[in-house]
Amino acid sequence: MNAPTRPNDYAAYPDARGRFGDYGGQYVPETLMPLVHDLDAAYAAAKADAAFQAELAGFLSHYVGRPSPLYFAARLTEHFGGAKIYLKREELNHTGSHKINNCMGQILLAMRMGKTRIIAETGAGQHGVATATVCARFGLPCVVYMGAVDVERQKPHVFRMNLLGAEVRPVTSGSATLKDAMNEALRDWVTNVHDTYYLIGSAAGMHPYPVMVRDFQSIIGREVREQILEVEGRLPDALVACVGGGSNAIGMFHPFLNDEGVKIFGVEAAGSGMDSGRHAAAINGGRPGVLHGNMTYLLQDREGQIEEAHSISAGLDYPGIGPEHAWLHDVGRATYLTATDAEALDAFMLLSKLEGILPAIESSHALARLPEITREVGKGGVVVLNLSGRGDKDVNTVAAHLGRTI
Amino acid sequence: MSKSRIEKRFADLKAEGRAAFVPYVMAGDPDAETALAILKGLPAAGADLIEVGFPFSDPMAEGPPIQRAAQRALSKGMTLKATLGAIAAFRAADADTPVILMGYMNPLVTWGVEAFARDAAAAGVDGLIIVDCPPEEADPLADALDAHDISLIRLATPTTDDARLQVVVRRTSGFVYYVSVAGVTGVKEADAAAVAPHVERVRKASGLPVAVGFGIKTPERAEAVARVADAVVVGSALVDEVAEAVELNEDVTGRVLSKVGALAKAVRLARRVPA
Ligand SMILES: Cc1ncc(COP(=O)(O)O)c(C=O)c1O
Repeated sequence: MNAPTRPNDYAAYPDARGRFGDYGGQYVPETLMPLVHDLDAAYAAAKADAAFQAELAGFLSHYVGRPSPLYFAARLTEHFGGAKIYLKREELNHTGSHKINNCMGQILLAMRMGKTRIIAETGAGQHGVATATVCARFGLPCVVYMGAVDVERQKPHVFRMNLLGAEVRPVTSGSATLKDAMNEALRDWVTNVHDTYYLIGSAAGMHPYPVMVRDFQSIIGREVREQILEVEGRLPDALVACVGGGSNAIGMFHPFLNDEGVKIFGVEAAGSGMDSGRHAAAINGGRPGVLHGNMTYLLQDREGQIEEAHSISAGLDYPGIGPEHAWLHDVGRATYLTATDAEALDAFMLLSKLEGILPAIESSHALARLPEITREVGKGGVVVLNLSGRGDKDVNTVAAHLGRTI
Repeated sequence: MSKSRIEKRFADLKAEGRAAFVPYVMAGDPDAETALAILKGLPAAGADLIEVGFPFSDPMAEGPPIQRAAQRALSKGMTLKATLGAIAAFRAADADTPVILMGYMNPLVTWGVEAFARDAAAAGVDGLIIVDCPPEEADPLADALDAHDISLIRLATPTTDDARLQVVVRRTSGFVYYVSVAGVTGVKEADAAAVAPHVERVRKASGLPVAVGFGIKTPERAEAVARVADAVVVGSALVDEVAEAVELNEDVTGRVLSKVGALAKAVRLARRVPA
């Protein structure tokens, strides 16, 4: 297959049909088509409205706590002995991850559209908590769909959502994980079209979600740009982020896509190893297909049945990836690496010990590829890693793998 | 040949002055052999057209009954290739009953839409309904199906306004499927009186017969809808029969076909009385 040509301006994508090259689109049942068109129009209007942007900026600074710091990780840098490592501290946001950036944008949009009920899917519970948080803040009822398997592995998050007033509905259909939670949220949306807003948690799903979530998360990359210019006086040599659906990654990458000198690395979850067949690496281990409203790379069998993803990290445990990443991979603008469960665990421990920061097990996948990336960039170079979430939520998982009970 | 099989069937029924009864069955449910026996028995039990679902792991517009039917079929190893095989076996014995395949996009993407259209035509498929392929995304599939004279059946729903309806009916043939409730299959119940004006609207916009489905479970409801629509589709209620028969260790084929018989009879009874 010939690689598609690189565009001159990445900001010009997606096209009017929601396509990044071959990827994206709106593969949804007819009942939802008028809704996604409405959403598209409402989002375009909000995006262009200075009052909406000002309101969002206000909540991001006073409620979420932005800007998040860009922190020079001196001991980690010294440990690897290569490029300077900066951490974008998204884990310091309210609720402990980048997910809230998107939730704040979408809840303001939902209210602007006159919607009175919010639904969401969640895997790790991080997006569910962020959604329940903004729903509590604005007084909207919230239903979060969560795979029954994930409800079991993320009990504290379920309780947190309950405390925030959200109803968590365990999903037992299919493989009872994130993809099934998304199916169930879509089924709810088809059934309650008149009043319900579906707040998708990643830069995935049907147009306009991938572009909208990217835009709301791009605050990460815009801040990094300003911050790194201030401290280093130049752009970074490389950016690194973990990729589940791809929202924290695209949020950091997007403002740098036109800067061809900035290398871009996404890290997918390799689970028990790429050869084991038990992983969540859609680009490295899947092929293009259609799921949840868009064309993208998917884990699937020879018949086109979707396969279950496997990762120690519930937040990366999804068989697909946002369509913009699929395209960035095909055009060669970004490189998608993988990290196994074991590598992520090692990185988790390393950052905890060297920098006094417990990273989310999701973000730990990105950390795990720093040895190679900092070596490739080399001494004197600058690497920025998106620390998408904090690891307090993962201590039980980590303890279990260490054979300890807490 | 294929498009005309659908057209001819609706023309004949129009002459008879009645609506079509269209059962939906899941390929390979509860196993390939039983599903084929059901398929073969449908015309004699009163099916005028047949919808055959092909299983997908993530059927986002399906309620629990059809989700479970797909899971049963997949767990027995059902494939799209075997689905076409079953339709070819059916076609060998029945040259007239139109068969509509219904399912989701990804298995077709895997097959390749052009090759699939060719193979489906060879198996004797007359129409295709792809739930997650709206008109905006349908051109490549529509081109492939056109080349083999297979109808791409479109869905209209309660959220389809008049402007949207014009988009929906473009490039469609055979009939239009009116989804009678906003929701997934097999949960809410359709209301014949509420459906009637929409059927008329869709008929006018498309110039095609209008089938109504999603939410018709009983003979009474089928009869009421048959008074206002050109075809009545029943799916979840039939796959529920499969599930129950399996559970109770009963004769699956007999049970499904007898339900089909009752529903078909109700549709025939609804024949519009000449004014
Ligand atoms: C901390 C954290 N990072 C990353 C992810 C992965 O999502 P995405 O790829 O959309 O950033 C999650 C998802 O739950 C998360 O909680």
